[in-house]
Amino acid sequence: MATERQERTIQEVKDSDPVCDGQAGLKFVHVGADQAVAYITRLRDVQGYTHLVFFTAIDYIEDSIFRLTYMVHNYASRQDLGVQVDIPRQGATMESIHHLWPHAATYQRELKEMFGIDFPGSPGVDDSFILEGWTGIPPMRREFDTKLYSEQTYFPRPGRVTHDTAAYMKEKLYPSEAETW
Amino acid sequence: MKESNMDGLQTTATETEQQLEDMAKEMRLANDGLLEQDKGYFCDVRPHRVEPYKGIMESFANWARSQSLWILGFGTGCGAIELRPLMTSRFDMYRYGIQARPTPRQSCVFIIGGYASVKTLKRIVRSYEQMQGPKFVLGLGSCTVNGGMYWDSYNTINRIDQYIPVDVYIAGCMPRPEALLGGFIKLKQMIREGKCEGMNKYIDDFDWYKANQKQIIHDWNMPDYNW
Amino acid sequence: MNEIMTKAWYTLISLFVITNYGLLLGGTMARVRAKVQGRIGQPVWQPYIDILKNNFKRTGIYHGVMFYLGPVFRLAGGLGTYLFIPAVYGSLVFSNFSFSGDLLLVMYFIFFGQLGMALGAGQSGHPYSPLGVSRGLAQMTAFEVPFALSVIAIASQYQTLSITEIVAAQQGGILNWVAFTNPLAMVAGMISFLGMSMGNPFSVVIAPQEIPIGPPTEMQSSFLGMLQTNRAIFNGAKLVLFMNLYFGGATNIGVMVIKTFLIYLYTVIVDASFPRFRTDQSIRFFLGIPALIGIAAVVLQML
Repeated sequence: MATERQERTIQEVKDSDPVCDGQAGLKFVHVGADQAVAYITRLRDVQGYTHLVFFTAIDYIEDSIFRLTYMVHNYASRQDLGVQVDIPRQGATMESIHHLWPHAATYQRELKEMFGIDFPGSPGVDDSFILEGWTGIPPMRREFDTKLYSEQTYFPRPGRVTHDTAAYMKEKLYPSEAETW
Repeated sequence: MKESNMDGLQTTATETEQQLEDMAKEMRLANDGLLEQDKGYFCDVRPHRVEPYKGIMESFANWARSQSLWILGFGTGCGAIELRPLMTSRFDMYRYGIQARPTPRQSCVFIIGGYASVKTLKRIVRSYEQMQGPKFVLGLGSCTVNGGMYWDSYNTINRIDQYIPVDVYIAGCMPRPEALLGGFIKLKQMIREGKCEGMNKYIDDFDWYKANQKQIIHDWNMPDYNW
Repeated sequence: MNEIMTKAWYTLISLFVITNYGLLLGGTMARVRAKVQGRIGQPVWQPYIDILKNNFKRTGIYHGVMFYLGPVFRLAGGLGTYLFIPAVYGSLVFSNFSFSGDLLLVMYFIFFGQLGMALGAGQSGHPYSPLGVSRGLAQMTAFEVPFALSVIAIASQYQTLSITEIVAAQQGGILNWVAFTNPLAMVAGMISFLGMSMGNPFSVVIAPQEIPIGPPTEMQSSFLGMLQTNRAIFNGAKLVLFMNLYFGGATNIGVMVIKTFLIYLYTVIVDASFPRFRTDQSIRFFLGIPALIGIAAVVLQML
């Protein structure tokens, strides 16, 4: 059973027109994983989106997909376009775009380390990026319990308490300030 | 009866020799992380404790140390941004004999500026070991005390004192430069009272510190002790 | 025998005075720089404490024999420079080992320390040390050109290579100073002095931001203490040399203090007001107008 998000994706692929998501100069378009690189190449070479602003991933663990977002920019029309590609979480692999923008290799290296998404052929994709010698599951995947890992690994100092900020401010420091929140 | 006694003594002597050899082997550092061809470049002798002088000589040396604090110019986190104002005319750390040095060899104060990720901790350990003793560590910001706002991060250590000895903590997020100066004055006081023996503490508990460091630094591709 | 002992005592006194003077001068000038930047600045006696602290360090590492000898050569260069310059004209204590060809020897000793440092820094194995040394030697070769031309002009003006005789010839009033009898030589020499004192336009040798303080990157503990002591002596020696060459020397220690202080103040003023040259820029600078001024000074003497 397709969830709401997946339905929207299918519909938007049918439209194949950039869809405005409310903000001026920023649009998103959903593309299938097999067409994505061809579509981005066309954006870069024909439609003038010559700048890769960023390239990131979001973990939708409920739908068991990663949503990759290629944000490209057109200097002539001052238009940002986010190309969204859904790939399955299981054995996540995506075609590399380092031949379009060399700096994409760095993003892909980071995604490999943080999400475990493989980009075959991308230079240095298997090298460690900031986690040197990380052996566990990639830490940005949502099944990774970062609090538990921290407590087991990093010698938490006992006696740490957490306050509700507004209540604590009201009680301790600036009673009048807290009321305006 | 006599002969067997002699035998027993001889066995004990060879055993003692064996034990001594074993101990000598244990006193060498393994330098496991290094490549075989690199091992010759690095020292494999364990650091040894250096006792302070006695009496008035040590007091005088401590006074000189407290009046000339050279900071290692290594910004290890966001707290390093608070070090820059110290040089400006508003705070002027030179009044207190505090100067910044760009190399760990010449500096004696290491300021851990806030959060330390595991990758940075590796560099912190190397830099700390390259500093010449006596050396002092200032923990700047809450992150060095208990992890601060990064307490549940997968990549940020919670307590710096598990990995290197710390002399003075300055709490806050971020502490103002005034607080940093206050920390320096506290450090000076402690040095003059002879309480800052962090380096000897590190050497005494060397195995404990190394075990803690190696527990979280997984790719240990550096010598066990940097000279 | 007695004479030698007396001379040894005089040398020790002279060295003691110049070391302390150099240290105090360094502390004072750090305060002057602080005032320019609107700060209070470090205490005047801070250099003493720094040297004490470095010598009180409990550990020190070494990288081999040359690493030990590097600071020793540097100190020998500083001592050699100072001991062949008559610090106070006509004084028994402060005339040091001045002799008839001392000017050439002093110029050699100014170079010698840097070369010794190059050997020591090379053995430390740190990549930044040789980088700093090569910058230092390149810049030094460049500023030696106007300085040597200026010295040649003075030597041919007074027909001597003895500093004592050059000072003697300048006695009897301000107008007898080289600064007034041979202004071109003075200008070339004082510009090269800026490079020699490694003040700000020419401070790329010890640039802390890019090559952590250059040649002494690996020097620590008492090695560094030795280098700091040498810096004080070497500074004092250079100031005294330039005072002798261009500004009529000194007949007593008070005059020496005033003149050397003013010469140092001039480099500090330049230091506080200019940004830093790159190495190639500073070499081009020294081989440009200062070298031309030096050549002009020599040619005018030859005419």
